[in-house]
Amino acid sequence: MITRKVRKWEKLPGKNTFCCDGRVMMARQKGVFYLTLFLIVGTCSLFFAFECPYLAVHLSPAIPVFAALLFLFVIAMLLRTSFSDPGVLPRALPEEATFIEMEIEAANGNVPTGQRPPPRIRNVQINNQIVKLKYCYTCKIFRPPRASHCSICDNCVDRFDHHCPWVGNCVGKRNYRFFYMFTLSLSLLTIYIFTFDIIHVVMRKYPVSHLSNQKEQTCRRIVLVCFFTLWSVVGLTGFHTYLISLNQTTNEDIKGSWSGKNRVQNPYSHKNIIKNCCEVLCGPVYPSVLDRRGLMQEDSSVSATSAAPSSFSSSNPVSQTTKTTAPLIPNEHTPDDAKPSIAASAETSAPPKDEVPPAPKVPPLASPETDAEASIVKDKAH
Amino acid sequence: MQHKFNVCISSAQFHNLQELRHSASLVTKVFVQRDYSEGTVCRFQTKFPSELDNRIERTLLEETVKTLNSYYVEAEKIGGQSYLEGCLACATAYIVFLCMETRYEKMLKKISGYVQEQNEKIYAPRGLLLTDPVERGMRVVSFSECSFTFPHVSSSCPHLRECVQ
Repeated sequence: MITRKVRKWEKLPGKNTFCCDGRVMMARQKGVFYLTLFLIVGTCSLFFAFECPYLAVHLSPAIPVFAALLFLFVIAMLLRTSFSDPGVLPRALPEEATFIEMEIEAANGNVPTGQRPPPRIRNVQINNQIVKLKYCYTCKIFRPPRASHCSICDNCVDRFDHHCPWVGNCVGKRNYRFFYMFTLSLSLLTIYIFTFDIIHVVMRKYPVSHLSNQKEQTCRRIVLVCFFTLWSVVGLTGFHTYLISLNQTTNEDIKGSWSGKNRVQNPYSHKNIIKNCCEVLCGPVYPSVLDRRGLMQEDSSVSATSAAPSSFSSSNPVSQTTKTTAPLIPNEHTPDDAKPSIAASAETSAPPKDEVPPAPKVPPLASPETDAEASIVKDKAH
Repeated sequence: MQHKFNVCISSAQFHNLQELRHSASLVTKVFVQRDYSEGTVCRFQTKFPSELDNRIERTLLEETVKTLNSYYVEAEKIGGQSYLEGCLACATAYIVFLCMETRYEKMLKKISGYVQEQNEKIYAPRGLLLTDPVERGMRVVSFSECSFTFPHVSSSCPHLRECVQ
């Protein structure tokens, strides 16, 4: 029996990709994320190269310095949003799943054959409001309030906001504040660059010295990119500011969960804008409950006696077939159609971020973990 | 609705289980579920599971769950310290978290110490094992019955001896 130590992220179900030995966690489709990076880095590089020398000399050297700091902050927030665990809820282990199933069957009683069993819903009262907890058939848990299952990443995410292709990750409880700070700082950066672009173009129009035609063209291109980015990014920031002040998620807003009809109100809101903002932005930073870098023993032979009781080791005997995510380097999964479009879209406006672009069709994977769990239950029954 | 409890064996205490054989009798588990009546804060139900009726005193278990709840409340408290931490972190683009441990992480360490202490003092003598909720995604507090039979007990793991029935 050959045992080798593997990190838990290699055995995690779901459609995430992991880098740096489990430290980085992203969705599978990363093409749009690379586009975002390219647009931000590209535009800022042009700004620093073509406009900052002039502005530093003729206006103030503080202008490029502040722009550089803002740029670094934007990149830091983007990477933090993209690379962190959004608040993924680990799937139920076989014992927990079986227990919940038994509880549901006990609650349903005898369902006559041919009749569909009632939907699996649990009602909870929060702040004098009945909230329905839905059962997730993939993760085999009753989802906590505000959690939702992301079909792109195939995970249940706590306080699920939305799946953002621009950052290449879900936005959930753990990384929402980073996402918000990213959009806010990007808005500021775009406004900043836009303003100084205009100033630069105006100053050049009434010149002391003549500007070469090529530089003027570059300035105009930057102005154009900034103009269109401005509306989409500032609009998105405004939308999320509105959501934060009401303590709502994008998911709840889209579904109209707390729209007020049938006297349904948001039970999570403190009814105070300041308190809501403080809770979302200044609340505690929740640690990840997905132990990605923990070690586990992997046995290469399937054996009924090898059930070591560490939390993920119940999948040990079927390690060969459980794999749904592979340890990939970031570039391996960039869709081929995104690469030529990056060059094309550098010159065109960025579409508004708050519309969800259709995700590339990924063929639905069979869930080998359900087969794994079935065989574990069989193993344990011996 | 009757809530059963599942007990999960803490991995930390069975690190050399490779040497041991799992007995034919299943480990029965009892799960304490989350209590969402106060919103999304981390809180577990204090209702006593009937499966553990003759295994442990009601007050002891309720005390454990109540203490765990109080630790989580403290971890998630939004007050002066959390604002300071949040603002400082934001000002440094959250790089400060690479060097500093957040309050929540400190509380989680405290909680795992408490769970271990409870296991040693209260649950292991009664043949039960309490699992830290963080190992189950903060969804359940689980109690397992130790019903392992060992061909030989490793001397380096004193907890195992207490669990042998």
